[in-house]
This record gives sequence, C-alpha cells and structure tokens, in this order.
Amino acid sequence: MSTEPHYTLYHPRWYRRRVSVWWWLQNRSYTAFVLRELTSVFVAFFALVYLWQLRALVHGPEAYAQFLARLKTPRVLALDTVAFLFVLFHAITWFNLTPKAMVVRLRGKRAPDWVIVGLNYAAWLVLSGVVAFVLLRGR
Amino acid sequence: MMRRITPLLWLMFSAGGTVAALLFPVHFFLTGLAFPLGWLEPPSYESLHRLLMHPVTRLYLFVLISLPLFHWAHRFRYTLYDGLQLKHLTELIAVLCYGAAVLGTAMTAYLLWTIP
Repeated sequence: MSTEPHYTLYHPRWYRRRVSVWWWLQNRSYTAFVLRELTSVFVAFFALVYLWQLRALVHGPEAYAQFLARLKTPRVLALDTVAFLFVLFHAITWFNLTPKAMVVRLRGKRAPDWVIVGLNYAAWLVLSGVVAFVLLRGR
Repeated sequence: MMRRITPLLWLMFSAGGTVAALLFPVHFFLTGLAFPLGWLEPPSYESLHRLLMHPVTRLYLFVLISLPLFHWAHRFRYTLYDGLQLKHLTELIAVLCYGAAVLGTAMTAYLLWTIP
C-alpha cells in the first residue's frame, strides 16, 4: 500500500490495520494453529526419507549401509528429532479433530467424541505394534 | 479443471493425513531415532529386501509415501497463500505443490517397479 492514499469523493475509505507477520505469536491458540499447519512440511520430509531408503534398498547393500550411516550424522539426527516431534503433533491433533470432521451415528444417536478419538488411538497403538513387529522381526 | 478435481484433492488430503497420523510416528521413531541412536538394531538389508519382494509390501510403501505427499501439497498450499498472504500466486503455488507430490509419487512407483 502506498503511504499517501488517494481518496476520491464517494469512494469508501478502507480501514485496514497492518498485521505483523508474527501475529500468531500473540496468542497460544494462534501459535498452535500455525504449528499444526506447518506439520505438513515435516510429514512430507519423512515421506522423502522413506523414498530415500527405498532408493537405497533398490541400489543394493552398500547404498543401504550408506543410508544408515547418514542417519547417524548429528545434523540429520537433530533434524529428525524436530521433525519427529512435529509428526507426533500432527498425529495427536489429527486424532483429536476426527470427531469434528466425521460424525458417526449409531442407532440414530451420535457416537460421543471420546469413543471416536479412543478408537483412533487404539488403531494407532495396534498398527504401530504391527509395523514394529514386522520391521524388527528380521534382524 | 481445478474445480472438478477439488473434491478429489480434499479426499487425498484427508486420506494422506490419516496414513501419516497412524503410521508415520512408528516408522519415524524407528528409522529416524531408535536405529541411528543404537537403541535398537536396524533390520538387515536381506530382511528388508525379502520384505520388498512381497507385492503387499510394495503396495503398502506406495500408499505410505504417496498419500502423505498429497496431504502436504494440499495443506501447504493453503498455508502459503493464507498464512503469507500470497493470494496473487495461487496458480503457481498449486502447480508447484501438486507437481512435487506427483513427482514423488512417480519416483516411488518407478523404484517399486524396478526392484531387482
């Protein structure tokens, strides 16, 4: 916006307060909102890590060993720790939002929120156990 | 065209978000933290390669990588043009975000197809 607004007769004057780029730090729920939106970046990051691992597995044992060695470097470890926390934040906020996005009716009655959230966490627990079992079985 | 595929994009956003919420924490914890920090021994190349021979594993990996990329594309697109007020760049942002997700999906499919 120009500093010297040019007003014409009969034209409404816009009143717009300047909003700082850091508006979301002024309120805890705004901060949580922006952090939640940013989780998608870390979700994509991990998808790429898995793509990278798949590529290493296709290329052979040396490439896989190199992949494992790269994961141990301090910079990658630090990045992975931060990204893991964001992915965890995504999972928790996603589960807690499901009853608001999806209304389940049982015998004409709306299923209570805690049932749907609880089922999500139960599925999370079971699937995590299965994945860990399959991956750790063949060591 | 954008209007026609918007419902599909929302569907992929929520499917990808669910896949990422249910499965990423355990995969990430193991691969990103537990194995490199030495808390657990990583699976050997042979055992992972044997797993990859199974078509169910390949389908699983395809879904695990592709859908969350579309989840990112959709959510990040809105983060950019609402959060940073880049409404005038709508089309460019959409092309870049979904394009990246399509590229990642194509690479995944290609790799899964060419496993020796």
